[in-house]
Formats: sequence, structure tokens, C-alpha cells
Amino acid sequence: MRDYIIVTENLSYSYKTAGGAQINALSGVSLKIERGEFVAIVGVNGSGKSTLAKHFNALIPPQSGKCVVCGCDCADSQNTLLIRQNVGMVFQNPDNQIVAALVEEDVAFGPENIGMPPEMIRERVRFALAAVGMEDYRRQAPHMLSGGQKQRVAIAGVLALQPSCMVLDEPTAMLDPLGRREVLSAVLELNRQKGITIVYITHFMREAALADRIIVMDGGRAALAGQPKEVFYQAEKLKKLGLDVPLPADIAWRLRQKGVSVPPVVTEEELAVALCR
Amino acid sequence: MLGNITFGQYFPGDTPVHKLDPRTKIILTIIVIAATFTAADFWAYSLLTAFFVFVTALGRLSFVRLLRSVKPLWPIILITFFVHVFSGQGETLFRLFIFKITGAGLTQGILMSLRLVFLILFSSLMTMTTSPLELTDGLERLLRPFRRIGLPAHELAMMMTIALRFIPTLLQETERIMMAQSARGADFKSGGLTRKARNILTLIVPLFLSAFRRADELATAMEARCYHGGEGRTRMHELALAKSDALAALIVVFLAAVLAFIKWCG
Repeated sequence: MRDYIIVTENLSYSYKTAGGAQINALSGVSLKIERGEFVAIVGVNGSGKSTLAKHFNALIPPQSGKCVVCGCDCADSQNTLLIRQNVGMVFQNPDNQIVAALVEEDVAFGPENIGMPPEMIRERVRFALAAVGMEDYRRQAPHMLSGGQKQRVAIAGVLALQPSCMVLDEPTAMLDPLGRREVLSAVLELNRQKGITIVYITHFMREAALADRIIVMDGGRAALAGQPKEVFYQAEKLKKLGLDVPLPADIAWRLRQKGVSVPPVVTEEELAVALCR
Repeated sequence: MLGNITFGQYFPGDTPVHKLDPRTKIILTIIVIAATFTAADFWAYSLLTAFFVFVTALGRLSFVRLLRSVKPLWPIILITFFVHVFSGQGETLFRLFIFKITGAGLTQGILMSLRLVFLILFSSLMTMTTSPLELTDGLERLLRPFRRIGLPAHELAMMMTIALRFIPTLLQETERIMMAQSARGADFKSGGLTRKARNILTLIVPLFLSAFRRADELATAMEARCYHGGEGRTRMHELALAKSDALAALIVVFLAAVLAFIKWCG
């Protein structure tokens, strides 16, 4: 039997706008995320990605359907703290998720909240800052750091709780290319070295291409899912959903249109190998 | 380091004064200020001055900087001085229009202004040697017993922490909005008062909007990190009293005792 860390069944969520219009953010999403997996969730604005992500952290209780995280039902508010310890969440704007005026104080915020003894908190803070390569900045004020560094501090803040899963909601959307690379490589390392399950929401297909699996959201539904190769193979469908396709996959698709048989590819290298055959 | 937190007037250091527990510093400052208000003669003030010089030297602070901290409050000191000078009882020294100046009034005026000056100096000594973070921590611990009567000690401290964290960010944001509005032709420098006020409005409205959005996002992020109020919360750095705190307390209590002695028995 496979070990699933997040399971949703027919999960739906709707809300009313200020104008009184009913909006279905999620309509019947059923998915399973395995322990240790790196899953990317992509989709245009308003496709329900963030709403879905907030369910994983019990920030939103399910309206209908089921959401089970680490074996705990999200609908039961008694599980909330346990779920939040197990599933950390990193948001888009690094400025708006750092609480304290000192990097190490901020990283300590999570462990302090769950009442950990001080000695253990210091240990966790050291571990978390080292994991994202920010140990030299522990006595710095967050507003003096670059965007990428701030986002790494935010990741450390989540990591200090030693979660088994981390949900990142467009963590690189506000960063420059350098910051984006810093954050992405930190996330990849957490997944590969520490075995933390990653749910990575992004607009950047290049980032999604690195995942084990991609889930494409559209209008509150999971429209497509599968390995990057399989998903990008359906380039036409992706384009219809308003999404980009990485250049190699796009070239492969255009060639296929012209009648050249090209296998599913994701990277430039794979495309080159496929074409040279 | 902490020096780049733009407000407050903390000067980082490694002196015995800096290293005192913030709780000790807060309480002792209150005691010293209270003692200042009993001081009424030359000897009492000499003693206070000596104590002030001693602490300043021990904390390796600059006297000029400390005296400068009195500057913004000059008007209040002057008003206090004149109110007392003109309302004094006793023999008239000389007259000025309808005001009469008496010897007692003059002494009273000088005493009251001196007290105010010392009040500012001693509180500056505390804020210059204690980082805002430590102060917040100290205040939270000191206010903890009052939770029973409904004082939200933890919430107050959390508010101060968040304010400390966000003031620099909001300042950066103000600068950004100002530039954005200037680029669109807003003028924050010239024009009459009404025009200036109207232009400031174009700065304040976006700033508030963004502050509310930040607050909303921060609240979500805090909840996501298991924040659920002060209940069952621990701290990474627990405050601990040391021998130096006891020594400092002894010195201050002795000072207060001598001042009391001068006042009532001297």
C-alpha cells in the first residue's frame, strides 16, 4: 500500500464576493499526494490553486468533500495544530510572513508557538537556518535582506517545526532570477536530502518541470495530472488553459504538428537526444 | 545588527549596563525616576548627577548624545519652568507686566525643570542600552502577573514585536509610493497647507491599503505557523537574572535610600 500524506476527495469550496456573486473556487477536487513526492500545481489566476493549498494546512476547513492530511481529517478543528506542525506553508510575499525583527527570532516563532523547551528551539533554529544556508544572517534584521534571502528565512521558519510536508504558494513570484534560483535549489534540496514532501504552486513552467508530478488546475478542477513529460506532451491542451509550455516541449509539439514523430520531452537535452536519433 | 532598526535610539554595546536583564533596567529606571522627584536640594541633585555620570561612563555612552535626547522636549521644560516661576508664593523679587517673580517660584521652577531633565536622561539611558526587542521581552514578563486582572500582556508584546518588524518595511514602502506618485506629477514639497495636505492624502491612502493587506497576510502566515495566542507558548531566549542584576538593584536602592534620607532627615 502506498503512503499518502495528503488525500482529498471531491473537495469543493465556494465563497461570495463583495458584489454578492457566488464563486466556486474548488469544485470536486480529488487527488492524492504521496509521502516524499515533489508535486507542482500550476494553473492560471483564479483556477483554485491557492484555495486548494490552504486546505492542506487547515487554514480553510473543507465546505464539502474530504481533506485528509497525515491521517488527520481537516474538518476536525482538534487536528488543526497537529496538521499545521506536519504541513508547513510558505507564501508569496516574503515580507508579509516574517514576524520578528531578527532572523533567528523569526525562525524560532513556530517552535515557540507549540511550546517547545528553549534548548530544543535553539537547536531547531540552528538546523533550519543551516538547511537553507542562512546561518550567517541569524542576527540580521529581515528588511535588510534580499528577496531570495527573505524567502529562505521564511522557509527556515517553516522548517523549524520539522514538517513532513511543505506547501509553497508561488514562493518565487516576487523574486528576481537569482532569488528564484536560490529558493528553488533550497526547496529541491529539502525534497531530495531530507525527504520532505513538497507541494509547489507556481506560474513558472520551468520550475514545474523539475517536479515528480504536475497537477494542472482549471476552474476549480484538476484538469490534468501526471509526470512533467506526460503533461507537457499535451501542449495543445495546456495552451488552451492559458498556460505556457517549456520551449523544448513546445518545439517537440510543433514538430509533431508537422508530422515529425518526437517522443515526450521536457528538457533541451532530451529534445536534442530525441532529434538526433 | 540591531542598529539598523530605524527608530528607538539603541546603541549596541557589550558593557555591564547593556548586559543587565531588561526587567531589572525597567524597574530600576522607574525607582530612580521616582527618587528624582524627592530630590529638592543641591546635595540630592549632586548625588543624582554623580550617579548619572557613573552609569553613562559604565555604559560607554556619549554625554553629548544623551543631552541631545533632552532637546525635543525643551518647550515642555521651558513651559514648566515659567509656570512655576510665575505662580510662586512669597516675597516678590521683581515684576514683569502683570507677573511677579518670587524667590520661591524661581527655586521651584529650577527644581521642576531639573527633575524633568533627569527624567528624560534616565529613560534615555535605558533605551540607549536596551534593544527594542529586549524591552518588549522585559515588558511582557513584567506585565505577566497582571494577566489575571485582564491585561493582555502577551498580545501587547506581540503587537510591539510586529510593529518593530514592520516599521522599516512600511518606511521603505512610503518611499516607494512617494516616488511612484512623484513620477505621476504629485508634488510633496511645495504649495500651501491645503495642497500639501491633499498631496499627503495620495500617500496615506495607498499606504494604509497596503498595511491592511499586509496585516491580513501576516495573520494567515502566523496561523499557518501554529500561532494560537500566548497560551502554552515558550520563548527561545528565556530571561534570566544574574548576580549583576542584584548588584545593580543594591546600588539603586542605596541611592534611593540616601535621597530619601536627605529629603526627610537632612
